[in-house]
Amino acid sequence: MVELLIAVGVLCLINTGLAALLMVADATLGNYGECKVTINDKRTVVVSGGRSLLAALKDEQIFIPSACGGRGSCGLCKVTVLEGAGEPLPTEAPWLTPEERQAGVRLACQVKVKRDLRVRIPEELFSVRQYRARVSALVDLTHDIKQVTLKLENPPEISFVAGQFIQFEVPPYALTDEPVYRAYSISSDPADTGEIELEIRLVPNGICTTYVHRHLKVGDLVTFNGPYGDFRLQPGGREMICIAGGSGMAPIKSILLEMERTRDPRPCRYFFGARSKRDLFLVERMRAIERALPNFRFIPSLSAPAPEDRWEGETGMITEVVGRHVGDASQAEAYLCGSPRMIEACVEVLRAKGMPESRIFYDKFA
Amino acid sequence: MQPLGFFAILFAAVFTNNILLTNYLGMCSFLGCSRELKTSAGLGAAVVFVTATTSVLNWAVYAYVLAPLGLDYLRFIVFIVVIAAFTQLVEMIIERVSEALYQSLGLFLPLIAVNCAILGASLFLVIRNYTFWHACGYGIGSGVGWALAILAMAGIRQRLQQRARVPRGLEGPGIALVIAGTMALAFMGFNGMVSLN
Repeated sequence: MVELLIAVGVLCLINTGLAALLMVADATLGNYGECKVTINDKRTVVVSGGRSLLAALKDEQIFIPSACGGRGSCGLCKVTVLEGAGEPLPTEAPWLTPEERQAGVRLACQVKVKRDLRVRIPEELFSVRQYRARVSALVDLTHDIKQVTLKLENPPEISFVAGQFIQFEVPPYALTDEPVYRAYSISSDPADTGEIELEIRLVPNGICTTYVHRHLKVGDLVTFNGPYGDFRLQPGGREMICIAGGSGMAPIKSILLEMERTRDPRPCRYFFGARSKRDLFLVERMRAIERALPNFRFIPSLSAPAPEDRWEGETGMITEVVGRHVGDASQAEAYLCGSPRMIEACVEVLRAKGMPESRIFYDKFA
Repeated sequence: MQPLGFFAILFAAVFTNNILLTNYLGMCSFLGCSRELKTSAGLGAAVVFVTATTSVLNWAVYAYVLAPLGLDYLRFIVFIVVIAAFTQLVEMIIERVSEALYQSLGLFLPLIAVNCAILGASLFLVIRNYTFWHACGYGIGSGVGWALAILAMAGIRQRLQQRARVPRGLEGPGIALVIAGTMALAFMGFNGMVSLN
């Protein structure tokens, strides 16, 4: 009995001793006091030092996109640190190009705030928030694309620019032990501030897409953060060429809805590629926009129409269709959304038509 | 058997009884971080430092606390706690004191708190009833031996990447284990020079 007590006592003593030592160390060595973080030379926030820049900014309601939650494994939380952070850590090295290194780009999750910092953050991130929303409708657009309508609860409204995307949080379920985040473009009109729509295509074994297609029900509460991205309608009134495939419809649709609402007279052609008729969706909605906007044309095209489709519209790869319809594109600008391969092929076609690359806009979703 | 001196034990721990290649301890970080010479050099240095210091610390805890009280059986849990606390403490100190040192060494410290070679070294030296100086020699030797092995491994793997055509089924950990086995065989050549057991 006495022996047992001694054993327990010694163990407790050693453990508490070490814990106390670490606490003292944390309070003295790990205490970097209060540090000033100057953001874009405009705003200065005071944060308690010793934590990651990502966490410190989050407390100040500034959300830097991060898909891994701060473990340095997604490479998304890039910010430019102009002063006070030292050299990039080996954990950041794989994510930074030599140019970024030169410019002082760092991963916010790996930068520890130890002294006053001067950082540069893209302006649009200031409007990024975390939202709680309820699924108000789930509509099958095709056999593998679902339209998800989210009614915002807290905060009750969102302000975004047509073309931007959000990060949808998938809670832990059969396919994942921890929350994961996936980016989806908003497909609804920015004027609907109380609701957003997403178009999500089922990817076999995709963590988020399986969750949305197989588990999500109307009435469920979900979390997302955003909006992100600078894919948006450019000012200037140039002729527009929009090209999308599959769920790439989403951001283009958002842009078109806004144009419909504002009666935008810009000339605009929208090429939409699908395999066969069962992969086509929202055609009627697009025709309605055509009627509202005299200078807008919707050109759906099928790459492999089924015999029963009785398809009389355009056929062939989307790049061929664009090639047939577009003449000189040197004065136009292009908006693309789809798979990286589709985007690459389209960029090539548009450049061959004389469009400068600086006027070809797209989001790179892998 | 006549008692060995400090240097004999150090030599033995590096070559004849290399903790990685004869006891196969510390394999996970050995396989995981041996792709590049630079990373393995940082990790190796951190292991040398931590093994050397925690061996001595644990020796002291054992000799002055656990052994007199007859609490031998607590050594596993106590050693692990000492190692974990110590690595954290050192990480904090390094981070505070020198950014350059933190870049090359400090970053690896939390990683190796769970390296079994370090716990293994502490356990071996109490099982073998080492004196203080022997414990020092063994701790330093084990660390250096581990670092030597991972550096050799990283060198080989880097070459392999440039020159050899590894069958696809063996890429990554597969070929690394084959190499580790071959290295262990090579280290058997040191056998018989000094014996620790």
